[in-house]
Amino acid sequence: MPKEYRTIQEVAGPLMLVREVEGVAYNELGEIELANGEKRRCRVLEVDGSNALVQLFESATGINLANSKVRFLGRQMELGLSPDMLGRVFDGLGRPIDGGPEIIPEKRADVNGVPMNPAARSYPQEFIQTGVSAIDGLNTLVRGQKLPIFSASGLPHAELAAQIARQSKVRGANEQFAVVFAAMGITFEESNFFVESFRSTGALDRTVMFSNLANDPAIERIATPKMALTAAEYLAFDKGMHVLVILTDITNYADALREVSAARKEVPGRRGYPGYMYTDLASIYERAGRQNGKTGSITMIPILTMPEDDKTHPIPDLTGYITEGQIILSRELYRKGVNPPVDVLPSLSRLKDKGIGEGKTRKDHSNTMNQLFSAYARGKDAKELMVILGEAALTDIDKLYAKFADEFEKVYVSQGFETNRSIEETLDIGWKLLSILPRSELKRISDELLDQYYGKE
Amino acid sequence: MSTGVITKISGPLVVASGMRDANMFDVVRVSNSRLIGEIIEMRGDRASIQVYEETSGIGTGEPVESTEEPLSVELGPGLIQGIFDGIQRPLNVIRDMVGNNLTRGIEVPALSRDAVWHFTPCVEIGTHVTGGDILGTVEETDIVTHKIMVPPLLSGTVRSLYEGDYKVTDKIGELVTDKGEEYPIKLMQKWPVRKGRPYANKLSPDVPLVTGQRVVDALFPIAKGGVAAIPGPFGSGKTVTQHQLAKWAEADIVVYIGCGERGNEMTDVLNEFPELIDPHTGKSLMERTVLIANTSDMPVAAREASIYTGITIAEYFRDMGYSVALMADSTSRWAEALREMSGRLEEMPGEEGYPAYLASRLAQFYERAGRVISLGSDKREGALSVIGAVSPPGGDISEPVSQATLRIVKVFWGLDSALAYKRHFPAINWLTSYSLYADSLGKWFNANAGEDWTKLRAEMMKLLSEEAALDEIVKLVGMDALSAPDRLKMEAARSIREDFLHQLAFHEIDTYSSLNKQLCMMRLVTQFYDDALAALEQGAAIDDIVTLPVREAIGRFKYIKEENVNAEYAAISAELKKQLADAVDRKEAF
Repeated sequence: MPKEYRTIQEVAGPLMLVREVEGVAYNELGEIELANGEKRRCRVLEVDGSNALVQLFESATGINLANSKVRFLGRQMELGLSPDMLGRVFDGLGRPIDGGPEIIPEKRADVNGVPMNPAARSYPQEFIQTGVSAIDGLNTLVRGQKLPIFSASGLPHAELAAQIARQSKVRGANEQFAVVFAAMGITFEESNFFVESFRSTGALDRTVMFSNLANDPAIERIATPKMALTAAEYLAFDKGMHVLVILTDITNYADALREVSAARKEVPGRRGYPGYMYTDLASIYERAGRQNGKTGSITMIPILTMPEDDKTHPIPDLTGYITEGQIILSRELYRKGVNPPVDVLPSLSRLKDKGIGEGKTRKDHSNTMNQLFSAYARGKDAKELMVILGEAALTDIDKLYAKFADEFEKVYVSQGFETNRSIEETLDIGWKLLSILPRSELKRISDELLDQYYGKE
Repeated sequence: MSTGVITKISGPLVVASGMRDANMFDVVRVSNSRLIGEIIEMRGDRASIQVYEETSGIGTGEPVESTEEPLSVELGPGLIQGIFDGIQRPLNVIRDMVGNNLTRGIEVPALSRDAVWHFTPCVEIGTHVTGGDILGTVEETDIVTHKIMVPPLLSGTVRSLYEGDYKVTDKIGELVTDKGEEYPIKLMQKWPVRKGRPYANKLSPDVPLVTGQRVVDALFPIAKGGVAAIPGPFGSGKTVTQHQLAKWAEADIVVYIGCGERGNEMTDVLNEFPELIDPHTGKSLMERTVLIANTSDMPVAAREASIYTGITIAEYFRDMGYSVALMADSTSRWAEALREMSGRLEEMPGEEGYPAYLASRLAQFYERAGRVISLGSDKREGALSVIGAVSPPGGDISEPVSQATLRIVKVFWGLDSALAYKRHFPAINWLTSYSLYADSLGKWFNANAGEDWTKLRAEMMKLLSEEAALDEIVKLVGMDALSAPDRLKMEAARSIREDFLHQLAFHEIDTYSSLNKQLCMMRLVTQFYDDALAALEQGAAIDDIVTLPVREAIGRFKYIKEENVNAEYAAISAELKKQLADAVDRKEAF
């Protein structure tokens, strides 16, 4: 029986100081028992001599310095794991909230995870067809990748993420898949949108949900992505499933992190976020991937909303430095009615080059991708010029580029949230658009491919 | 042996009391799990320790034991083709021992104790040797001859030395030091990472480190022994540029440090390098590469140590007389690790929370680069070039790590997200980047690549900067408002950008350009401007000139195989002359 302490010295925000403790370990899980028998969880942030600084995971309401008791459980935060988790809904700390029975765990795992040995990783290179041209054609997703969606308030990131979850498949394969969904501080409506979307495709039975909604304790969010990833690792590396993890919204997670850091009076980094936020986010994102000798994989799509649409804000900025690319949504395109409003130029998939080409997608993929990017960039420049100077000021070739840019947004990007395009369709649409331009402009495509595809219907 | 007791744990920082006998920067074993740590502060008998492994589950009262040695690396055969973590533990061995995840408290030697190497001596018995003298060699890979040197600071007479097959810890001979002590010679030596390895003297760099990357070699070259920085926002291609340099730089040894970056990037190097063939030696690139991987999910303190571990290994190969290139990706993550420890030590922060000693630590690191005469009587020349990536938040280089770096480095390759969005790679901005070696290396290029190299470079730089000025005007009044010579200038600059500077890392031929090929391309793009300008004066129409069919051939020159370069160059150059002459004739016909 672990020792009980009645020596709570102070409670301030999410932090609590317990005095005269013995043998308490860093990061150890604790349990607070209120006078009415209610139990709440906490963890040790720092041990200094006989003082333990403890972070609460739930609200501090009702904690009484005189008669609340603290117990340290001698282990870190763990999650009980079982294949029965599929189809279930849990709260942000991994307790079932769907009215179903408790999970009988097959094993328990520390939610903090253990870093993957880089020498044991297997490089992600299997093409995932999401059916979204702006992703498949230009910012290709591969299995084991972490590709976040950088969105902003009022943009349809949930629709896009749901579309990806619904349509994604690895071609020619019929393997076990699962979705792990972690909601952090989002509204009931948004969360319910995902649930309904999973239900309509029958994926709900293969989904594990961790739900910390906007009205749940903010501090609980710090554990939520770790819970979700622990479940994902179990399904992927123990059970051999291909797991798609959707984390939304990382911005709320980072704000919770900031709350704890501020309460500890740490020296803040940019915008008050803690200096270790890079490391902390990395310990979440880097849990995606593939391992040698394991069939399963974890593909991760974190969603974050950029405050003030600012890509240089610390949350998107640090995320971009860790993840393998980003899909950026644009308010300007959304206003124009382009859906999904993917801004392809600043979007990027770092792992695309190994996932495309002959035998994976089609041999013309890489060349046309580069050509579409540079043609669209030039077309946008031309259109900008047109706004200032009028169409007459453009050279004939720039007029073609401007037309290309318009058509590209209308036909290629704006496919709607219901259309599911095969990669061949995507590539053929690309060629159709490139035919707007004269052949001599297509410098990034080899002659052989031009002979085969240029101007053909 | 001094042992203490843990009194405080805060993340990677542990404080232990009862450590009065320990030295600063001693390596210690922390707790019952025997985690590896290093003493970074002493107050009375309390030592602050940065722990290189995850500290979860460690409690107060657990023991701390000093090894009374500073953090050191093992230097000897077995380094090449290895992948090590920040404190030189071999990751592939750990994987075989404990599986795919990194558990704690693993004790494993850096260099394999079982591998057997064939040693061939090259000095006579009875020779008097001093630190740095070569005793013999081991053929470590097909292209790297590992020279076994007398450790620095040691001198004496060789009493015995035998050819044979040895493990790194076997005695291969004996030395009688000048003090008369016996010293067993082994294939392996140790060196503390925080102390630069000594050399006889430093020289100023005057030979370029040829990288096969056109924008680097032609516009902003780096010297062997030089230091360069690549700052850029995310997605601008820092890592691809670093990988390209690691692949194609004309160095004998490459040390690649992945410091706080993505795990998959290291996997990429591990998968790809063995497949790639070095154009200079015809062997696999992995046979000259050492990898240090401390990815972003691995413990933060070991990230701080990783760049020192890497540069000490690089210095060791430099001392053998090799040209070594070290890539550190990214120094910003190293600085963040420094900041995190500084914050936990409750030091007074400098700018943006970074410790006040950030700039001096960075300078000390970069200053370990250079072209040197090594210790030893044969006066070997070795060079260590350092290329550091910087990841400034938001791409804004006014932040402390970028600024401290810029004060030190001589070459600055500024990556530009606007170029990256247009998929112009490498996205090195030609207007903001610079190389302070450009002039001193110009002589070498003129003598070894082509006598017109510096002239061509100057012409290209001039066109590019004039284009930037003209571009402002075009934005205001449109292309049509420009005079014909100015329009030609814009076209010529576009050709330089698209046909010369743009280089595809993933194209099998374009990924590397020899200096000869670069020269031919420089000649073509400048010839277009010079000859077209002459044709324009003779009355040719500008619209005619910008649509010459030969320009497509110039654009495709980058995909020409090295062996066909000279023939194709002559053909295209002649064709360009002919088509321009035709353009002049057409005008006259009117």
